[in-house]
Amino acid sequence: MNTEIEEKIDSQKYLEMDLLRFTTAGSVDDGKSTLIGRLLYDSKAIFEDQMEAIEEVSNRKGKGYVDLSLLTDGLRAEREQGITIDVAYRYFATPKRKFIISDTPGHIQYTRNMVTGASTANLAIILVDARKGVIEQTCRHSFIASLLQIKHIIVCINKMDLVDFKQDVFEKIQQDYKDFASKLSIPDIRFIPISALLGDNVVDRSENMTWYEGSTLLHTLENVNISSDQNFVDARFPVQYVIRPQSDEFHDFRGYAGRIEGGVFKPGDEVIALPSGFNAKIKTIETIDGQLDEAFPPMSVTITLDREIDISRGDMLVKPNNQPQNSQDVELMICWLNEKKLVPNGKYVIRHTTKEARCIVKEVRYKMNINTLHRVEDDTTIGLNDIGRILIRTTAPLFYDSYTKNRFTGSVILIDEFTNETVGAGMII
Amino acid sequence: MASYNLTHLKQLEAEAIFIMREVAAQFEKPVLLFSGGKDSIVMVHLAQKAFAPAKIPFPLMHIDTGHNFVEALEFRDEMVQKIGANLIVRYVQDSIDKGRSQDEKGPNPSRNGLQTITLLDALEEFKFDAAFGGGRRDEEKARAKERFFSHRDEFGQWDPKNQRPELWNLFNGRKNPGEHFRIFPLSNWTEMDVWQYIASEKLDIPNLYFTHKREIVVRDGALLAKSDFITLLNGEKYEERTVRFRTVGDMTCTGAVESTADNLDDIIQEVASARQTERGTRADDKRSEAAMEDRKKQGYF
Repeated sequence: MNTEIEEKIDSQKYLEMDLLRFTTAGSVDDGKSTLIGRLLYDSKAIFEDQMEAIEEVSNRKGKGYVDLSLLTDGLRAEREQGITIDVAYRYFATPKRKFIISDTPGHIQYTRNMVTGASTANLAIILVDARKGVIEQTCRHSFIASLLQIKHIIVCINKMDLVDFKQDVFEKIQQDYKDFASKLSIPDIRFIPISALLGDNVVDRSENMTWYEGSTLLHTLENVNISSDQNFVDARFPVQYVIRPQSDEFHDFRGYAGRIEGGVFKPGDEVIALPSGFNAKIKTIETIDGQLDEAFPPMSVTITLDREIDISRGDMLVKPNNQPQNSQDVELMICWLNEKKLVPNGKYVIRHTTKEARCIVKEVRYKMNINTLHRVEDDTTIGLNDIGRILIRTTAPLFYDSYTKNRFTGSVILIDEFTNETVGAGMII
Repeated sequence: MASYNLTHLKQLEAEAIFIMREVAAQFEKPVLLFSGGKDSIVMVHLAQKAFAPAKIPFPLMHIDTGHNFVEALEFRDEMVQKIGANLIVRYVQDSIDKGRSQDEKGPNPSRNGLQTITLLDALEEFKFDAAFGGGRRDEEKARAKERFFSHRDEFGQWDPKNQRPELWNLFNGRKNPGEHFRIFPLSNWTEMDVWQYIASEKLDIPNLYFTHKREIVVRDGALLAKSDFITLLNGEKYEERTVRFRTVGDMTCTGAVESTADNLDDIIQEVASARQTERGTRADDKRSEAAMEDRKKQGYF
């Protein structure tokens, strides 16, 4: 399996590699750790010393096999309790792509971790045990992926070896999932029958399932097209930091540093600064390596304007004919991340793009039952791992898009004013 | 529509620059921890990019164990001079002299853990409220759980079970007086990414990373460089080998690897076919299964 190690990699090839961030969800014992272990092992991201370390621990604990979950459970408490507490990030690369996995634990009480891991993911792998089929947790994970606007889902029907690699088992689960997923908004769903333990259809094609004509998991991960997932239409540039060198050489330089969160900006473009409403033209888009002809997400750049207007952190540059919404009253889907429940009429610090303000929770409209997708209107207490719809009023207007339109100008976090903890993750409706 | 794609290195770069600017905006007094190693060299390069054409708006700080490779110190001083940065150095030896800490006993006493005391004292001395580190999540399993913005309490401690969730690109740097943050802009980079970035940006690095002849002693499978800080045990002797270093830390715990790689392309090939993690050459991580987690909880880098 590692015969290609000795082959020389093309030393320039990495200059063309792109990046895929994906999250993995599955319930306990779905074989998620085994699957990740296999992807890492087969792509040579697991090293000998790591392998030796987990072999040694597996033996000491009297396990009859090498427990690959020991690779991902990094904290002492996790190893002691045999559970994954926190999101763990894993990395591997093939000649085509670099991959970042946010590995999130599947227990119900860790909805917050899945939301966290999903917030930056392009794709989600949802594991289904072929013997159990679509269960409550499958639905919950899929709902969260859909809520977080993950555009690509790969449903891996795992442990096919335990159902004799039968095609009808796979097809039944596929149909059940499709029936359920029709209620969600996920544009791209694929199904792959695998055995993570034996490796079938993970990296290499399965000889046990010749009836399956689709791609292997790794091939799919390498080739799924994510370049059109970013919003290149609605130009959004939240100002992060103002650069004023005040040196002799750059005496009058005033640059607005930030990350392009939507659309494309070019020198000469007419822009409007929010909230002031002043117009200007883009003079240059600067980087240390020279000026750019255009800038697009997720580039970090510095923009200079043709005239001096008052702009500071938290302001936003947009195009005059395409402006975001502007309001102090904002409706959100909120996922609660803290043990201390959401306080009705409570006040929180809110962060949106580079802006910080305060807000008050005006109303909890409903809570979601995330297993049935029903709205619960008679119980509106929002506690840890709950998801609900709320209305807030902010101390200063936010310039936002709906989360479905732009993940980065459509998301907020709520912070407890006293503990400073991040307590809520909100997606603007 | 034209295709708007960024390579993985450009995406990682954009992410790290975003983090650095966020810190400059959210904190009053950040500092960049600089060792002269490859990760901190990449960090300084990214900081230059983040704030150009202005200078880096925070100082660099080196916690000097006194057990450094001469080459790393020379490189550090040259680099600081070249970019006109402000460098602060605080010495572990001073902490020992003041009775704040004590050297380990044994044949290769490591000052690695002792850095924590000196580091926390220095953060307090200058009232730094955010300290950039070059730590990466791929280095070690406790680090895989680390945040970009990692909160530390008034004792400088890390509470891994009670970390703030980080969603989208919204980073919460709010804190109480006396608390601080460790910031890891390279969280999502791997060893390979760092080398590819050094190659594609044509960055200078200390010659320790390239092949050279050096007297070493083999101890517990690690190739330790000859220095005044190591006492030979019975039966041990120094021998000359052709080696290079994959990481550059304390001389007492940084192992060399046998290699003839004398350029970045060769190093990238070597990293691609390596079967050991880079920290596999670090004796400090081998002390127990949770060695890194324990040190980090105390306030280590």
